[in-house]
Parts: sequence; structure tokens; C-alpha cells
Amino acid sequence: MSIGQAISRLDGSRKVTGRAKYTADVEVEGALHAVLVPSTVPSGTIAAIDAAPAEDAPGVVRVFTHLNTPKLAEMTNPPAGQTIMPLQGDRIFYEGQPVAMVIADTLERATEAARRVQVTYRNEPFATDFIAGLDRAEARPLFGLPPDSSVGDIEAALSGTNVRVESVYGTADRHHNPMEPAAVTALWQDGRLEVYDAVQGVVDTRNTLALALQMEPQNIRVRNDFVGGGFGCKGWLWPHEVLAALAARELSRPVKLVLTRAQSYTSHGYQPASRQTVTLAARSDGALTGIRHQSVLAGSLSGDHVEPSGWGTPALYASPATQATHRVVRLNRGNPTPMRAPLEGVGLIAVEIAMDELAYELGIDPLALRLRNYTEIDPAEGKPFSSKKLRECYAEGARRFGWSSRTVEPRSMRDGRNLIGQGMATALFRTFRSPAKVRIGLDQSGEVLIETSTQEIGTGVYTIFPQIAADVLQMPVERVSLSLGDTNLPESPMNAGSRATLSTGSAVQDAAAKLKAKLAEAGATTPDGYAEAVARQGVDRIEAEGDWTPPEEATHAMYSFGAIFAEVGVDEDIPIPRVRRVVGVYNAGRIINPKTARSQMTGGVVWGIGQALLEKSEMDQQHGRFLSKNLAGYLVPVNADVPEIDVSFVDDFDEHVGPLGARGIGELGAIGVGAAIANAVFHATGIRVREVPIRPEHLLAMAQSSY
Amino acid sequence: MQSFTYARASALPDVLAAISQPGGIILAGGTELLNWMKEGIVAPERLVDINGISGLDRIETADRGLRIGALARMSDVAGHEAVARDYPVIAEALLKSASQQIRNMASMGGNLMQRTRCPYFRAEIELPCNKRRPGSGCSALAGEDRGMAIFGWSEACLATHPSDVAVALAALDAVVQVASSHGARDIPFLDFHRLPDDAPERETVLEPGEVITAIEVPASPAARRSHYLKIRERASYEFALVSAAVGLELEGSEISDVRIALGGMAAKPWRLSAAEQALHGIAISDAAALRRAVDGAFGDARPRRHNGFKVELVKRAIVRALQTAGDIA
Repeated sequence: MSIGQAISRLDGSRKVTGRAKYTADVEVEGALHAVLVPSTVPSGTIAAIDAAPAEDAPGVVRVFTHLNTPKLAEMTNPPAGQTIMPLQGDRIFYEGQPVAMVIADTLERATEAARRVQVTYRNEPFATDFIAGLDRAEARPLFGLPPDSSVGDIEAALSGTNVRVESVYGTADRHHNPMEPAAVTALWQDGRLEVYDAVQGVVDTRNTLALALQMEPQNIRVRNDFVGGGFGCKGWLWPHEVLAALAARELSRPVKLVLTRAQSYTSHGYQPASRQTVTLAARSDGALTGIRHQSVLAGSLSGDHVEPSGWGTPALYASPATQATHRVVRLNRGNPTPMRAPLEGVGLIAVEIAMDELAYELGIDPLALRLRNYTEIDPAEGKPFSSKKLRECYAEGARRFGWSSRTVEPRSMRDGRNLIGQGMATALFRTFRSPAKVRIGLDQSGEVLIETSTQEIGTGVYTIFPQIAADVLQMPVERVSLSLGDTNLPESPMNAGSRATLSTGSAVQDAAAKLKAKLAEAGATTPDGYAEAVARQGVDRIEAEGDWTPPEEATHAMYSFGAIFAEVGVDEDIPIPRVRRVVGVYNAGRIINPKTARSQMTGGVVWGIGQALLEKSEMDQQHGRFLSKNLAGYLVPVNADVPEIDVSFVDDFDEHVGPLGARGIGELGAIGVGAAIANAVFHATGIRVREVPIRPEHLLAMAQSSY
Repeated sequence: MQSFTYARASALPDVLAAISQPGGIILAGGTELLNWMKEGIVAPERLVDINGISGLDRIETADRGLRIGALARMSDVAGHEAVARDYPVIAEALLKSASQQIRNMASMGGNLMQRTRCPYFRAEIELPCNKRRPGSGCSALAGEDRGMAIFGWSEACLATHPSDVAVALAALDAVVQVASSHGARDIPFLDFHRLPDDAPERETVLEPGEVITAIEVPASPAARRSHYLKIRERASYEFALVSAAVGLELEGSEISDVRIALGGMAAKPWRLSAAEQALHGIAISDAAALRRAVDGAFGDARPRRHNGFKVELVKRAIVRALQTAGDIA
């Protein structure tokens, strides 16, 4: 049985020795290099654009501007990352919008020529300040769904109740910053387009590119072998991909385009800042009577993204009345997009800090308050959860953390000059499922190859899909390999929303079972006989196709869960919180590989530490731009910020979610951590900070010092 | 394409000759210069690589003081036994700078020549910035000023100096030795970096054609009992929000000599001379008295919209650093 085994990554040695080929590593003979010229203003029109100095520069083949770029189709967001398509007109919607693309024979020459494109703008007034725009927030649909939802009578619940807490919480604009910059190489040949593209979904990219270029999808092939992190920004189709493909078509030459780090801050989205008002009403025994979660999100004029920060809230607790609303302030910025973790990753920061506030208001232990409001059915849909072992997560997390020895009073725990704080929060992430197809074959030497279009974005699919097939076929996992990242292969979904294992993994299992049946028909009843059976048939390999499609009507509500406990130390005089340890216990159905799963949750916790204490993209309101477009000005945690992280799972088999019994974990790890840390900071200092990242000025302004 | 020539000098006179003409710039560790060139901050015509000059990286210790060659690597100075023993503030400041990889390359002379990390100055395109283009204005005046200076700024520039070790050297009254084709001169460390006034593009008093050859640090009891406290949100690989370099001499439990320099507070390491005076005779264990003495030295502090917290933060950092150096923190 290889499912459930802690198998090291089968592609690990390729990654650490540099043999893993990432998209920008792909060398195509005769490829030209494209470099974008981003707008330096956030609003206005292009009064004049002089490409001649660039066209005259050595090695330049073509300069594309809005004056000579063929028309693209109008797009919706999603599946495009934004509705504004590049180089289609003279109007500027956001700083960083491409205004020209220079194609030259080398990257250096294209880079130099791009500097020489002279753009004169007719500036217009702009709005980039989210906070200043709060009073003009609009109600707009979220992915086509209404922005507001409610269960029960929220007004009655809030007015006729014993205890009520209400506060406003803030989260910051954050950028994904994958280590691998977005990269694309496009080849045009005989009316067909082949694209190497660092994306989380080759099939989605193919289909959306076909829409933009008004081509048939079957005339486009999109590929990648490895993606160096996506975290959401490589999900939908963005302008640079369209431009590279378009240039290859216009020039009938391969074109390679790799974004610079600075361009990545304006080219494929970010997590939008939010202001969230949370109102909790409860009886004095702690039973919630109402939850109101009102989110205002930063949005853009270049697309329609509204972060669904309140989507998970109604499923959290047994409240008879819940309301979640979303409003958006549309700004002259690039369009935001999902970022690990979307939805609950933004919204639960607010709700789970509010729960801590309610616990202190009621004088009830924060964990006890959550248990008091535990629900076995999803109050929003009235359906039971497919499986929910959150109670066990709370218990195991509390045990591992030592929650019972925490003293309740703020500022009551200390280690030398450090005030010690302990906080906890609930994590919850909804399950996304998609249809998937897989082909699998076994050859005369007994080697198994799985083929499906899925992508390796760092999560471990090169290992866990072979594990699933090996489990069915009762073979060693080393004899199973995976070919992926290619639209010529059977189609499986985008790696986004934590759906790959559940969706594509179920199809792998189905394909493997069908292969096993075929091998049995060929006379091989045990793995020892597989290779011989293939030879006896006189074929190179025996193949089977498998698939999985989620049922249209779900009988159950499907979520993954976690209980997060965090300890911080805050120097009483120099109040910069340092995380001392984090315990996360998760329930996500069956865990296919505890090792890769642990790595993923650990990485998620690190994202949560960044969200709580470091990550914020400052918007400069004079120039209407994200100010620091580099990793010196945008702080992500380094090793020294990351303490002991204790990750474990409450394993179970979720029989309702899919045949594998597994739900998703990718986003889950980044949820709950921020609130747990913020609650720990309150416990340490007695200061309630309702804004992340938590900074020294929040604590200095309010704290007493011994000096 | 912006082209430039590259020449590797083998002796100091060659360097001095090469940079006596305009358009030349010295390449030592390269950890700053290459950033500038890639960001479009400078576009030199000639790079003069000094890494082949023998002896320029020497670290010499004697009873009267320490002499650090301009080409000594940050990591070599930080790891030097006598530096760690007799001038701990220097070793500590170095070890809290950058990353090990950068410290292995970056030179001590180059460290002093670092330019500000102001995000407007470092932007990937040219934003209005008087350091980038004199006369273009200071974007930070009406913009993001959280990391900007508290002391000594002008309407022309709010930027701070990013070096850690410069703060330590300022506290210890180091001297910068420079040479040019006209001869050599010594510059007291506190005079080496300039306040912006109306010419923020000039960060130091180095004249065209001058090159740093060494840094001298006098030995003292205060140097021996010294400490560097760096305050930053990210626990490593980040520039200081604020920092304090202190050196102490105690008679019994009372302060008889003290030096304090601050980082992250001005366009140069900020020596807090007024506090040094006021701290004489105060018991090192008396945190409240230390704080009162420090408070009195902030009359010149001019915080702006978002950086006022740095005043309180750095005062606490000073008290903590003093008590750490005095072994009672």
C-alpha cells in the first residue's frame, strides 16, 4: 500500500541538482526575446508614442504598440486575469499596463531598446487609495454570484442578544512573489501555436488564449514540466502571455518573454487589501446567535475580481443567523487575483480575531467558545459535512501545544523580558472539485506511465499520483512515473483551490483500476505477471483511460479544517512580535503522502507568518503605483522568522468527497495562522491589533514600557 | 546599449590615475555597484576593479587601535578574533548586515559608500528624487515616509543611510583614510558622510579622484565594552528600522565614558553627543535615569507623518543597548 506512505519526492533530485527544466530554461532555436514597456502612470491616455529610437536600436525586430498591434477579442475576468487586453488602445487603466513590447534577437538588446521607447502621457485624475475610496464601495457580483448572502434573521439576532462585539479589521495588499518569474515561449508554425508557459493550468491557458486570439483550442498546445511556485498568480491568463503568442504569430518566429521581478508586481495580480467589519452576537453562555461579516475589498478598473472573503464564514459555527456581504472599491490598479489563501485566507483573519474578542468579552476560553459553537451541519446549506474531524483537531492541537497550561489574563505569561502570548484560531477551506481525465499504461518492462495535463507547482504531484497508481496496481512507486503539463495529454484541471489531489488523483485511481482489470484479462492476476502479460499480447504496452467527474448535486457540504495554535514572544520594551512555535492539526480526509503534505502545510504556516507580521505592498498615492517592486522592499519571512512548526493530521476517509477519500490541503495551511498570531499578540501584550501585518508602531503607541 | 570598459588595477597608483578622470568608478565587492547599474542609478564609463591590489584587504591590530584595509571583506572583519574581542560593536554590526553570501563579497570601503535604501531612490524606473536627478524633487516628502530620517533631513531629501557597521564606526570615533593622485588625507568618521542640505546627491565628503584605503579605529575601554542593537521587523536579512551602537566605560556601576551612535535615523550615522554628556555618572542599572538622559538629546528630532514611532523605538533601543553593554540587560 503506497497511499499513506511518507515517500520522498520522486522529482527531488532533479530539482536540487538543477536538472528540472522550468519554463524560462526552455531553449528554442531561433527564439526572439520580448521585453515589455510598462506604463509609468496609472490613468490617462497615450498622447504620443515614439518607437523609432527602439526600432533603430541594434537587433530589434519589431516594436509593438497600440498603433500596430492586431485586435484581440474582448475578454471576461475570469478566465482572463483582467478584462483590459494589452496594446488595444491608448487608454491607461493602471500603472504597469503594457504600452509597448520590444522584440529583439537577444534579451539584452530587447531590454535596452525597451528603455528607448518614448511615451508621452496625457495624465488624468486617478484613484489608487483604497482607504480614501471606502465611501464609494460598490456592490458587484463575485464570480457571477450575488455579493451578499444570509441565513436566518441577522437584524433580529443582533438586536435581541446578551453580548455583542463589533470591530473593523484590515488586511494589506500582498503580492504572490513566486521564486520563478512568469515566463512564456511561443512558437508559431503552420497556423498552430505551441506555448511553453509557467502556468497553473495548461488547459485553461490554452482555452483562454484561443478566445483572446480567436483561434480553435485544438490549434494551440500549452506545456510546462515544472512551475516554480504559482500561489494563484499563474492561474488565469494575463497580458504577457497573450502578447508573446501574438508576437510569435505576427513574426512567424519563436518569441520568449520572461517578466522581470519588478514587472511581476503589476502583471499578474495580487491579494487585495480589505476592510472587514465583523459583528458577533452571543448569549452569555457563549452560544452564537448572529455573525455579520461585511467586507470591503480593493478592486480595479481593469477587471472584475472581488475577493470572496466572506464565503467561508457561514460554514464556521452553529449560528442561527449569518450574513456575509462584499463591496468593492474599484481603483486605477492592476486587477487583484486569488492568492494563497484566497477566500477564508483573507476573511478568517477578521472573524477569528473577533471570536477571540468575544471569548474575552464573555470570559470564556477561546477554544471552549469554538467548541461551544461547533456544528456538524453547514448552517448555510443545511447539509451535513462530508466529514468533519475538527473536534479531534482542536483536542489534538491543544494537547500538542499545551493549551491547558495557558493562563487566561493578557500579560500574564513571560520569559525574561519577553511577554509570552498564546492564541488559537480555526481554519476552514471549501472544497473545489473538477472533472479530470487520465491515461495510464504499462510496458513490457513493467514500467508504468501516467499521463495527464496536470501541473507540478511545487506541491508534489510527481510523487503522489504515482503513489495512487502504485497503490491500485500493488507495485513499487519507483516503477511509476508521470508525464504532465501538456494539453496533448488527457485533460485535468488547474492546480488552484486545492483541487489537484482530489480531482486528478481520483481519475488516476480510476485509470489504474481499469488498467489492472485489463492486465487481469490478459492473464496477470499479480504484479509479478504484468510485464509478461503485455508481452503475451504482442503489444508495446497495455493502456487504460480513466476519469472522474464530481456529481452535480452534492449531498454534503465539503470543507477541510484545521486548528491552529501559536505562541509569540514580544519584548516588553521593543515590541516586535516573534513567533516561537506553531501547532497546526488538520483534517482533510485521507492524506496520500504525509511527507509532502507536511511540507505543504509547513509552507502554508510560513505564508501565515508573513501575512501576520511582514507582508504589505505599499501603494504610493502620488505616483499611483506599488512602491517597492522588489524583495528588499516587500518582506517575506526568512528562516530566522520561522520557528518550530508542528504539523499533524487527523486522518480519515471522506467517502462523500470522492473515491480517494481525500480533500484538498494546499490553501488550508495558510489559513488561521494570521489570526492565531494576532490573538497571541493580544494575549502577550493586552493590545488588540486589528490590522495585519502587525507592526511595532501598533504596539508602541499603546504599550507601557519599563523604560 | 550603455557600454563601459573594465580594467583590473594591480597597484594603488594605477587606481588613482584611472579615477582622476571623470566617468570612472571603483569596483570592489560589487554588491552595491552592480545593483546601481542594473537599476539605472549610475551609468559609469569605466569600471576600475581594485580586487587585485595586494595588501588592501589587510586587517591589523595594535595596542593603539585597529586598521581595516578598504578591501577587507565584511565577513573577514566580523570573524577576526581581535575585532570580536576588542571592538565587539563592529563585529556585531557586521554579522547583522545583509546575508553571509553578501558579507563574503562586500568590502568595508564599499560598505561606507552604500547609498540609501529609500524606495523612491531604488525604484525600477526613475521617480522624482533629488539623489537620482538633482532638482527633480523628493517623492518621500508627500509620500511613504515610515522608514525616513528623524534627524538632519532637508526638504530636498528624507533618506537614511543603510549601513550598520558605519554606525559602529561612528560610535568609536574611527577615521577614514583616503588617497588621491594629490596625496592622502584622514577624515574623521563623523565628517565622512554628509547631511542632505540642498545637495543630497552627495552622500560623502570624498572628492572626485579620491579612494578609501583604510579605516582606523582607536582602541579604548569603551570600544572593548561595546554593543550593537539592530531593530528590524524581519529577523534577518533586512536593513535596520533603527539601531544603536554604544560603547561604555564604567567606574564601579557608574558610567564614566559613553559613546552612542544611531542608525536608521539620518542620512549619516547619528552621534548622540548630548546624551553622552548627560549619561556621565549615571548608574548603569538605573533604566529610568538612563532614559531621562537619552530623552534630553532628542531636541533636534523632527519626525514626519509615519515615522514618529522610531523616536520612541530608538530611545528604548539605546537604553537596552547600554544595559546590554553593561551586562545587566
